[in-house]
Amino acid sequence: MASLRDIKNRITSTKKTSQITKAMEMVSASKLSRAESNAKAFVPYMDKVEEVVASIAVGAKDATHPMLVSRPVKKTAYLVITSDRGLAGAYNSNVLRAAYNAIQSRHNSTDEYVVMTVGRVGRDFFAKKEVNIIDSILGLPDQPIFADIKEITSKAVGLYADGAFDELYMYYNHFVSAISQEVTEKKVLPLTDVASVSNKLTSYEFEPSAEAILEVLLPQYAESLIYGALLDGKASEHAARMTAMRSATDNAKELIDSLSLSYNRARQAAITQEITEIVGGVAALE
Amino acid sequence: MKTVKVSIVTPDGPVYESDVEMVSTKAQSGELGILPGHIPMVAPLEIGAVRLKKEGHTDYVAVTGGFLEVRPEQVTILAQAAEPADQIDIERAKEAKQRAEENLQAKQDNIDFKRAELALRRAMNRIEVNQYNR
Repeated sequence: MASLRDIKNRITSTKKTSQITKAMEMVSASKLSRAESNAKAFVPYMDKVEEVVASIAVGAKDATHPMLVSRPVKKTAYLVITSDRGLAGAYNSNVLRAAYNAIQSRHNSTDEYVVMTVGRVGRDFFAKKEVNIIDSILGLPDQPIFADIKEITSKAVGLYADGAFDELYMYYNHFVSAISQEVTEKKVLPLTDVASVSNKLTSYEFEPSAEAILEVLLPQYAESLIYGALLDGKASEHAARMTAMRSATDNAKELIDSLSLSYNRARQAAITQEITEIVGGVAALE
Repeated sequence: MKTVKVSIVTPDGPVYESDVEMVSTKAQSGELGILPGHIPMVAPLEIGAVRLKKEGHTDYVAVTGGFLEVRPEQVTILAQAAEPADQIDIERAKEAKQRAEENLQAKQDNIDFKRAELALRRAMNRIEVNQYNR
């Protein structure tokens, strides 16, 4: 049986750990509510862009743009959104596993795909697997604004336009609720399913022409898709971390309870033993 | 006077919402003035100011990378960044302008040159719009 002091030490250290996890839980909870409101603020922009893109795609059928046309796929790019830090439960491992399995099952040789990562965990994972990483973003703030991610989005869209790859998929955790996040795969480019987005369409005049507008609008649309996924991913990250830290705190509490129980038992056993010894000693004297 | 509803939306949330008598701005094809009841139209915008006339005064909003969507009763401006004149951080804009100017002087590289030029235009736009701040 462990000594009294050992048990005491373990109780103290577990208590300290639980204080930390409790604090982290509360920090994540407040970040989550901000991330949720960020995601909400983005919705009107996205809806509007989607609506206009759909109107143009449907209304001006003769207008085409390289980003709307599927071309033979020689190279596929995967954008995987993870976090910079761990301690977020299965947040990172879920999305990495899904992305990695998809890559393994779709491609035979490493020449057929490239990866872009957001977050340190994703970069380290793919670097270890010796996957060709063409871009990675580290140190994304907890409440990203559009300017923060402009670089990776415009790079992704630019590389597609230059023909560096012919398809772009995104992997991220979709925020369902504070306790549930879903790994989601989304095809960003080419924009093949645009026309099905909206049903209340307006027929617009285009100034100067539908093509010129697509030229401006489609890169923005693709960038917005990526930005939306990042916001979604951030909300999921905070939610996952909050849940993970809550269960860590709960587990610590349980551990402390059972440790205090064995501490009390050990103390009682020591007292009983002392009494027995004293009684034994007295008896020996008589 | 008839008014049209205007909203300026960015990825970071709505920036401006109001009923105005006239919207005027610079599109890539030239200056545009929109009055209530305009036919549906879409046009990409230059980096520049959007002027919103209402009740005898004019609001100014600096807009970057946007386009304009017009309907008879509603005008929407979608932009990657937009700031009303009174919310522009003038110090930051001045710093950005100076940085861009230095880059323009120093760099010969084509891509960096373009980027610095765009940055300069954004900064100058912000400084200019800020002057209309009442």
